Amino acid sequence: MDIASLQTLAANNDWLAIMPELLLGCLALALLVLEIILPAKLHSRLPAVALLGVLALLVFQLLGFTAGFAEQESFNGLLVHSREGQVMRVFFLLAALLVGVISTISLAKQKLPHTEFYHILLVVTAAMMLLVQSNHFVMLFVALETVTIGLYILVSYFRSRPLTLEAGLKYLIMGALSSSILLFGIVLLYGVAGNPELPGHTASAMNLDSLHAFLAANRHNFLASIGIVLVLSGVAFKIAAFPFQIWVPDVYQGAPTPVTAFLAVASKGAGFLVLLVLARTFSPYAWLLAPVLTLMAGATLLFGSLGALTQHNVKRLMGLSGVSHAGFLLMGVVAAGTQSMAIGAIYFYLFAYLLASFAVFGVMALVAGPDDADQEISHYAGLAKDSPFLALVLAIGLGSLAGIPPLAGFMGKLFIFIAAFKAGLYGLLAVAIVGVVISSYYYFSWIRAAFFSSGTSSDGEATARPARTPVSFTAGLVLSLLAFGTVLLGLYQGVLGQWLNTR
Amino acid sequence: MSNLPFDPLLLAIAIPLAVAVAIACGLPKRWSIRLAYVGFAAPALMALHAWFYFAGQTQVHGYAYLTNYSTGLDGIHGLGISLKLGLNGISLPLFVLAGLVGLAAGLYAIQSTAERLKIYLMLLLVMQAGLMGVFASVDVVFFYLFHELALIPTFIMIGIWGGRDRSYAAMKVTIYLTAGAMLSLIGLIALYVKSGAPSFDLITLRQIIAARPLGETVQNNIFALLMFGFGILVSLWPLHTWAPLGYGQAPSSAAMLHAGVLKKFGLYGLIQIALPLLPHGAAHWSHTLAALAAVGNVLIVGFITLAQRDLKQVIGYSSVMHMGYAFLGIACYSVLGAGGVVLLMVAHGLSVALLFLLATSIFHRTHTFELTEMGGLAQKTPVLAAFFVAATFASIGLPGFANFWGELTIFVALWQYSHCLTVIAISGVVISAVYGLRAAAKVFFGPPTEAFARVAAQHPPSDLNWREKVPALILLAALLFIGFWPKSLSTSLDATLHAVYAAPTSAGPTAGGPAVSGK
Repeated sequence: MDIASLQTLAANNDWLAIMPELLLGCLALALLVLEIILPAKLHSRLPAVALLGVLALLVFQLLGFTAGFAEQESFNGLLVHSREGQVMRVFFLLAALLVGVISTISLAKQKLPHTEFYHILLVVTAAMMLLVQSNHFVMLFVALETVTIGLYILVSYFRSRPLTLEAGLKYLIMGALSSSILLFGIVLLYGVAGNPELPGHTASAMNLDSLHAFLAANRHNFLASIGIVLVLSGVAFKIAAFPFQIWVPDVYQGAPTPVTAFLAVASKGAGFLVLLVLARTFSPYAWLLAPVLTLMAGATLLFGSLGALTQHNVKRLMGLSGVSHAGFLLMGVVAAGTQSMAIGAIYFYLFAYLLASFAVFGVMALVAGPDDADQEISHYAGLAKDSPFLALVLAIGLGSLAGIPPLAGFMGKLFIFIAAFKAGLYGLLAVAIVGVVISSYYYFSWIRAAFFSSGTSSDGEATARPARTPVSFTAGLVLSLLAFGTVLLGLYQGVLGQWLNTR
Repeated sequence: MSNLPFDPLLLAIAIPLAVAVAIACGLPKRWSIRLAYVGFAAPALMALHAWFYFAGQTQVHGYAYLTNYSTGLDGIHGLGISLKLGLNGISLPLFVLAGLVGLAAGLYAIQSTAERLKIYLMLLLVMQAGLMGVFASVDVVFFYLFHELALIPTFIMIGIWGGRDRSYAAMKVTIYLTAGAMLSLIGLIALYVKSGAPSFDLITLRQIIAARPLGETVQNNIFALLMFGFGILVSLWPLHTWAPLGYGQAPSSAAMLHAGVLKKFGLYGLIQIALPLLPHGAAHWSHTLAALAAVGNVLIVGFITLAQRDLKQVIGYSSVMHMGYAFLGIACYSVLGAGGVVLLMVAHGLSVALLFLLATSIFHRTHTFELTEMGGLAQKTPVLAAFFVAATFASIGLPGFANFWGELTIFVALWQYSHCLTVIAISGVVISAVYGLRAAAKVFFGPPTEAFARVAAQHPPSDLNWREKVPALILLAALLFIGFWPKSLSTSLDATLHAVYAAPTSAGPTAGGPAVSGK
């Protein structure tokens, strides 16, 4: 059967539209089944099965097997298969694949069951892919909860470690709080939109399109504006934007390194896509959105950079610097209100951030010892001498995060800056410059530890640090690809640019 | 478009980069060094070709060797960023400077006994590629991007091969230069957005702005961003404190390339981009710039230099001071002033690189940079002494050296702008003569101090060997050549400046004359 006829057939069947998500769910279930029926000595092969499955799905997605559904609704408007959704499906599959590779390194240092980890990882990924395509508050909330509940388990996966348990508890409480705030906002919006005394009232206010029409008819409704702020607050928890970022350092430190990477990249990416969709829905309330998001972006930028300045633990540093990256992205979201090019800039930034972050997290997983929460900058001393490859990958990753040309991160920042300038956000740009300068300090001090310090203290004794994991072939290949991609995207943006354009 | 079968500009960037990649891939040391010769010589050869055959090239919009390479971004969101290479009269002298200083710094690095020589050469080659790219770029984004490409190796080289305070110096230089670079980046973005140009390439920007000049407030604001952003990079007082510290700690070849060439990026950006496109902004800020440069860079830093006791600090501060003349020339906003600045940039780049080179050679013989612990070196090393005295003369601006033409032209332009500032600037020459000659006297003449006698007894100093002489000779020869025949650079420079600065004159002050009337 060729693709065209498959697509014709598929046009009449909504289930085919979410085939990648369904297959991912099936793969997750198959992992559990395989663990029961396969002999114990084959269990160590299961992660490879999961990763190969994700890789296959990624290839299918890149080849455009679901492209026939672009810009179509399915399931009575629960989902809209926007072009952004197609791009983000690739983003999440890529993130899941990389998290899986890092997990093989990190989990090997723990005596814990492996298969369940990959099972939850795949389920969460599928939920994220649905989340960014949802066009209905019920769908959005259910998908978001699936993601969050999966992450509760993943965050506290190293269950024998006290710091991990603390992180899990914090994430649970904060996540529950943010979900309830989000739900309250949704209910308020639903209630207001259903009020028959208001013009344009609708019974299907859960549908984002209907809600948009209602908001356009009532541009200054008090209850609706409260609902909007509450919904935004709920999402702000997920992207760790100020003032809802306070959980970040502890959770990032306690969570296993691959999960930290997943939180930092995929969860943040999902949050931003939801934010973009919501900003479009709430666009009649631009008078409210623009100042709230602008303030949030500026404060997030400053808090992230200043907070990261004093960190010695690299996981906390990545967490707080991630907060400042959220600030840059929020700047893009604000600019997207008036400049359509900002949306492309956000995607470019997200992909550049994905490549660079996973390069850094991959090195972190290799440098870390059995105690996953104990990763200090001082452990990186002498890395350039012992393992020039890891040091180089680390430098490229951190350089890209700091926005140093000619790496991809610089281009991402450049596009966001151009968009912000076009949108006239001069105050935010000033804050962003301060943020970049501060960030160059803490990223550079990490690079300095890896390159310039010898690993021995002043009296000649070697500082205590965990033994480094030897680089396996897969890890080496993935890390080189990430570093290469970061350099390539910095020099020749056409690869991603044209692909984003044709989506 | 050149009459060569290849694009010399692209090769000048690509060959050092390719050699750096080859060394990074684990070439054995012997081959690394042989290839490094190629990597450093290629840009210099391309630069020489450009220097002597520039007039014979077909020129498009005033640019020779103009070529365009797509980065795949042309069509995306209508951004219009592409690798566009070309040379005009303003960039040609600096391209030549980058090629020559790069060759000298490279040769000096190859003969040095630096630890981990391969990585050192690799970083220098990356820096060299970036430098050639900065001055060959017509596209503003790539102009900035190549600058950063050259800047990053500087941080690393200070951090690894630097002196005692290298960690602190590397950090301080990084933060200052990042701040400067970010400010100027925002300024460049502002220029692009506000002009409404469809692309970042300078030719298009010029055409669009000539047809539709920017509003006065916009010009003032953008010029402020560029002036302070580039100003930090060029060590405009009071934002100069990174420079002496950084140069004091940097290894010699890195200091040669940074002080000699990379620092000129900011001045070049002001002359090539900011002045012609923002004439009102330039007029608005010229008083501030002139005052900061005259009082801060020339006088205050001049006196600070007098008080230095460390040879590298003297050179570092003197280079900050000489940047003051360049800023004064820019503040004049005239063809004469801008031309003087370009000549001074080339001359200063060559002479300061020569001074840093010789300072390191002196250090190898005295084992100290402290001026009070030296003396009488000339008896043992007459050739080194001759080179150093010549470099000092060049740096002061004696006739016969290229610096003379740069300073003279700036002073003439400055006289038309403000008599008072000219007096301050010329008194600066006296200051620089005092500290320059005093440093030379302390190092080479007089009786040897006790400390030096002890060092000389342990390691008898030998004169400059050929491996040190060749790079020094390259720089000195270029200084003298331009000093005796400035026309080789100034003809094309003059033509370009007249073309570029004449275009927006209808909206701005008259070119060639006094910049601002009244006030």
